[in-house]
Amino acid sequence: MPASVSLSLSLPLSPTARSDPSVAASPFGAFRRSGLRFCGLRREVLSLRSLNSEASGRISPYPARVLSNKVLAAAKSNGSPTKGFDYDLVIIGAGVGGHGAALHAVEKGLKTAIIEGDIVGGTCVNRGCVPSKALLAVSGRMRELQDEHHLKALGLQVASPGYDRQSVADHANNLASKIRSNLTNSMKALGVDILTGVGTIVGTQRVKYGKVGFPDTEVTARNIIIATGSVPFVPNGIEVDGKTVFTSDHALKLEWVPDWIAIVGSGYIGLEFSDVYTALGSEVTFVEALDQLMPGFDPEIAKLAQRILINPRKIDHHTGVFAKKIRPAKDGKPVLIELIDAKTKEPKDTLVVDAALIATGRAPFTKGLGLENINVTTVRGFVPVDEHMQVMDADGNLVPHIYCIGDANGKLMLAHAASAQGISGIISQTMFIFHTFVEQICGNNNVLNHLSIPAACFTHPEISMVGLTEPQAREKSEKDGFEIRVAKTSFKANTKALAENEGEGLAKLIYRPDTGEILGVHILGLHAADLIHEASNAIALGTRIQDIRFAVHAHPTLSEVLDELFKSAKVNVVTSPSVSEPVAV
Amino acid sequence: MAASPSTTSVAGAGPLLSFSSSLSSPSRRLLLPLVRRSSGGAGRRAARIPAISAKIREIFMPALSSTMTEGKIVSWVKSEGDRLSKGESVVVVESDKADMDVETFYDGILAAIVVPAGESAPVGAPIGLLAETEDEVPLAKAQAQSQSQSQPAPVTQSPPSPPSVAAPSPPPPPPAPVATPVAVSEGPRKIVATPFAKKLAKQHKVDIGTVVGTGPYGRITPSDIEAAVGIQPKVPVSSPSPAVTPLPQSPAPSADRSAKAPAAALPPIPGSTVVPFTTMQAAVSKNMVESLSVPTFRVGYPVTTNALDALYEKVKPKGVTMTVLLAKAAAMALAKHPVVNASCKDGKSFTYNESINIAVAVAIDGGLITPVLQDADKLDIYLLSQRWKDLLKKSRAKQLQPNEYSSGTFTVSNLGMFGVDRFDAILPPGQGAIMAVGASKPTVVADADGFFSVKSKMLVNVTADHRIIYGADLAAFLQTFAKIVEDPESLTL
Repeated sequence: MPASVSLSLSLPLSPTARSDPSVAASPFGAFRRSGLRFCGLRREVLSLRSLNSEASGRISPYPARVLSNKVLAAAKSNGSPTKGFDYDLVIIGAGVGGHGAALHAVEKGLKTAIIEGDIVGGTCVNRGCVPSKALLAVSGRMRELQDEHHLKALGLQVASPGYDRQSVADHANNLASKIRSNLTNSMKALGVDILTGVGTIVGTQRVKYGKVGFPDTEVTARNIIIATGSVPFVPNGIEVDGKTVFTSDHALKLEWVPDWIAIVGSGYIGLEFSDVYTALGSEVTFVEALDQLMPGFDPEIAKLAQRILINPRKIDHHTGVFAKKIRPAKDGKPVLIELIDAKTKEPKDTLVVDAALIATGRAPFTKGLGLENINVTTVRGFVPVDEHMQVMDADGNLVPHIYCIGDANGKLMLAHAASAQGISGIISQTMFIFHTFVEQICGNNNVLNHLSIPAACFTHPEISMVGLTEPQAREKSEKDGFEIRVAKTSFKANTKALAENEGEGLAKLIYRPDTGEILGVHILGLHAADLIHEASNAIALGTRIQDIRFAVHAHPTLSEVLDELFKSAKVNVVTSPSVSEPVAV
Repeated sequence: MAASPSTTSVAGAGPLLSFSSSLSSPSRRLLLPLVRRSSGGAGRRAARIPAISAKIREIFMPALSSTMTEGKIVSWVKSEGDRLSKGESVVVVESDKADMDVETFYDGILAAIVVPAGESAPVGAPIGLLAETEDEVPLAKAQAQSQSQSQPAPVTQSPPSPPSVAAPSPPPPPPAPVATPVAVSEGPRKIVATPFAKKLAKQHKVDIGTVVGTGPYGRITPSDIEAAVGIQPKVPVSSPSPAVTPLPQSPAPSADRSAKAPAAALPPIPGSTVVPFTTMQAAVSKNMVESLSVPTFRVGYPVTTNALDALYEKVKPKGVTMTVLLAKAAAMALAKHPVVNASCKDGKSFTYNESINIAVAVAIDGGLITPVLQDADKLDIYLLSQRWKDLLKKSRAKQLQPNEYSSGTFTVSNLGMFGVDRFDAILPPGQGAIMAVGASKPTVVADADGFFSVKSKMLVNVTADHRIIYGADLAAFLQTFAKIVEDPESLTL
């Protein structure tokens, strides 16, 4: 089960891939170390570094936000391939990961093709982040309009708010197609070849693709990136009919709003859907295999989230139980869920509900990739990769010229137990591969710091996180022998939050008092998903608390919650005199 | 953050300090009901428990916030058999607002855990037992057993429909969710209720088993519960009620939850009349509530009254009453123990009173007042008797001047004339101690040589502010008081 898998963290924490920072910059200016820091890459993970070098490292000429179409339009068009290959790069899978890689490759002058068997955009655009945000935008407003107490406090009067299900569904669908055409157009404009069909690896540098019933076409490529992503994971014994028992793929179409829906799994997907369904009038029953709801979140955040997002709503829950069998509604009978104790496996209870949403996590989509042709065996479906995203074969040796990014390699799913990595992590991995292409020539080694990748859950209010949870940080601190501390601030003390009458929330910082290093930040509160980036950038850039606490925040804004958080942290480090900010004493 | 296990328990030294949360010797047990009532409904429990002689203290579910009515045990920091010392964290409790460590005020051994982790208990209910020594551990265990057996069956309240709509009292915040899943009902029919229906049922104290479901497949829907309570549908229940409801067949310790609901939430009984307080009654009420902020404890003492009774017979014709004799005796004892005559005004210091003014509780029509015998230690009993007559007359006419009823430094309350053998007084604000005097009754006593005789004994019970008056102080004071009463010649001097 992904739920249990996700808790066994194996992060590339050890700074084994250390390199001499004084090594001359590579001839490829854009790939200089300083530039890469923008993308969540770190030369030395969790390293100690003098303030001076950090400060100079921040100034970078590199245009970080590659996704912007305008920047890309100015870049070169698809180049001509290296001798002997059809393409410099073939990407399998046109989701956000593949798309990001393709744009980037063209920018680097590589002749690039992308193979997609379904529709451009992948899970994120068509069946994940994008349509779910549309539904959550609706649910957030419904929730506000239904909260009479809240409205009254603001002096507003609204009479019986309602919604039209089909229009809500259309909103989500329209958004997905809009983003999808944006993606397609941006690739077409740059001349990326979009090859339609299921891509299969034939040999080390050979890929074939083709639609069912049509002859396959084979192409050769200098490098191959696998970006096939993931599909919803459905445990054995659960019969998905797409109508009454379904996954997030179907739920996002919002074909109906059941009166009572059981959500199996209380991770971020389940939590977001509980927000949508309860706002639209459903009652929700959570079924969670672990003893706590929201496993993978920082326990303190999970507890508060339960007080804010679960308890006051029309939600109940069964924890420590597996849904052993789920039978869809048919022949006039409702959906039947058989629960067994997660530990003893004894029958525990049965639930009779109108619908069941299976949100037990996601499984990598790596079947039919032809991995056996290059002697690669998947681990629980994941493509094994090293810390450079380069694919490893069954014997643990690196397979030259083949890389794997995104959900298919499992690294991001592990980096965030809540598995809410989203696009940011995939883009970082993509950037990383390009970095590796070049850096390998110079003999540099770099490690991607997955801990700097933020994650967010778009409930109302939102939850966001970056880095380690408190238990993870404690475990690491005991192992490595350093002290950690926790600082917290409340949204109740924030003027902007109070102006919005949304004072519920908490921001939590886990840090090392001896160095001022930020280990993790967790936020539950209004616009938490937008607030996390100050912290994730700080982690990615190696900014210490003693530096960031001098940063100025506009008043009154929600960002002051993080400002307060950093200021309340007590760092013992002796501030070096080279700190550029003058301080009135 | 730490909270005291009981809001009324007393921190401090002294051998006798443990009253508020202990079930001590039988003679002290009588003190408990009132004490414990002040800690929020725990009195019922105390009244149920048979006499327990050893020093076994209950650890209560503390009130961690003003709105908390029950709490969930997150975890026990200590396990059964662990030795505890004062100030140590024992248990982590989750309230409607936060999780807090609860620490003990006493040394001892955690003998029994009454409410295990993951379960909830109402505020004031015992959640564990603390034994003073190893020897008392088995006893405490037995007590824990009997407690869990004496739990009353869950009370099902179905409020009368029409009035409850008119007065929608704020529902008590239901408990934090119990992590354990709902027990499988082995009953004849499985009750299927939607999550919100269960929440509503809990909120309105509806036994979900009695509701007939009209929803799809016979399930109980929120509107079924609303119909059962008599609420017209479409009433938005927006109150944040954190609850995930276990079905009523939940395990015993949390079963009597509904019985613990605050009285305010109960619907009015049909046919009752409401009479507002008079000014005096309002003042009494205010003082009584105020008294809850003072950590009090009680010490009882049996006093032989044969000599006093003899003296009383002699001085009665001269207009001296028993009340005056007792006030005089108390004043004389107070002169030797000034701390008992002191008061704690700011929580930081002792205020020693120069004069000894004995207030005496007097019941008057529809009220209670405490006329004060000023300088009772200095005046003789005849003068005091005269004063007392005047004060009584003024009391009846409601003409007492403020200094005549508010200048007391110590109060005597005597219900002995009604045959009350012992009772427990509430400490009035501004004073350090109050004495409750019971009836004098012939009692068989054995003397040091083993001879039996019949002596008149009365039980005297003093309630004191433990911030300034400790157990040993009261014990010494009562000893002096008993000596004076048992050899009352000095009263006439």
